Amino acid sequence: MSFINLMAREINCKIVYYGPGLCGKTTNLQYIYERTNPEAKGKMISLATETDRTLFFDFLPLALGEIRGFKTRFYLYTVPGQVFYDASRKLILKGVDGVVFVADSQIARMEANQESLENLRTNLAEQGYSLDKLPYVIQYNKRDMPDIGSVEELRELLNPTNVPEFEACARTGVGVFDTLKAVAKLVLTELKRGGP
Amino acid sequence: MVNPQMVMYEEEFNQIQTVVDHLVKSANARSVFIVDKNGQLIAASGDVEHLDTTSLASLTAGNIAATGGMAKLLKENEFATQFHEGERANVYIMLVGNRVILVVIFDAKSSLGLVRLRVKKASEELNHIFENLLKKVAEPGGESPFAEITDEDIDNLFND
Ligand SMILES: Nc1nc2c(ncn2[C@@H]2O[C@H](COP(=O)(O)OP(=O)(O)OP(=O)(O)O)[C@@H](O)[C@H]2O)c(=O)[nH]1
Ligand SMILES: [Mg+2]
Repeated sequence: MSFINLMAREINCKIVYYGPGLCGKTTNLQYIYERTNPEAKGKMISLATETDRTLFFDFLPLALGEIRGFKTRFYLYTVPGQVFYDASRKLILKGVDGVVFVADSQIARMEANQESLENLRTNLAEQGYSLDKLPYVIQYNKRDMPDIGSVEELRELLNPTNVPEFEACARTGVGVFDTLKAVAKLVLTELKRGGP
Repeated sequence: MVNPQMVMYEEEFNQIQTVVDHLVKSANARSVFIVDKNGQLIAASGDVEHLDTTSLASLTAGNIAATGGMAKLLKENEFATQFHEGERANVYIMLVGNRVILVVIFDAKSSLGLVRLRVKKASEELNHIFENLLKKVAEPGGESPFAEITDEDIDNLFND
């Protein structure tokens, strides 16, 4: 649910990075944080376990600039990917304006990708959202790893509706900003339409 | 609409600010915030210059979401208030009308009893303001202020 403050002339939108455990969601946010000017970002908050697995969420506020005198702010969140944190994932999805699904390109993680995507659909549906109606992009991460699926294979399994897709290596930053820009653009376009 | 927007108008914004400013004084608080359930800061008052209000807002909302989730599992309605006691700062959090979160930060100059008392009245006022605001937002003809932006405007945001 975007928040428009006519008084402060601000518009705030929430983007959630979703995907299976260890697919690289937190790494995406870390890269964005490192490469963003200090005046355009707030503090990055990571609620993580001692082994650096996301426990509740990562949070990164970004100021993208102005549109027609409105400051646009994007609040980026990641969910914990490990299966048993489902209750937390549901909470993070509340009020979402746009979704990035980060897939792990490694063949060994294909089932985990599919399960996570199914879980995303279920959790959105529980809140009356449909993934097909939300601004949504998909990122094929870890393209630098050996034993990865081809983009065609990944598309067939994970992107039957042909939403914008990006190859990435979040650790080095390849594709990270392309993904973010694509989803941010979709969110703003949706805002312009004022919802369906 | 799949994704209803929350719009804050000048009139309600000023009313909220007045309630918050007043609460800082009447409760002897250090600072007071209003945060929406999604973690966005709506209003703040008191000594907030040295605080990372954006982070605080997001963590408060996460906290309320987590306790709300616990309440559901225990078939409780909602844990409406929380109190965290620190060495110097104390935090009192209250869910107002199941919509917005009121956060009061106070120190030894005040007390939990006083804060509780003052928050009660403020939360009633806030509830009333947000009820009106939601009615206003739901009214037909409430055009999105973004209806007029162009694809070019959006593209320009990303040309850096
Ligand atoms: N080789 C390679 N490693 C990556 C890439 N992206 C992330 N990693 C590594 O994968 C591991 C897990 O990354 P995280 O970003 O913590 O994964 P996550 O999706 O946040 O995991 P959860 O918090 O458990 O859901 C880390 O060691 C990262 O450095 C990538 O593109 N290539
Ligand atoms: Mg993580």
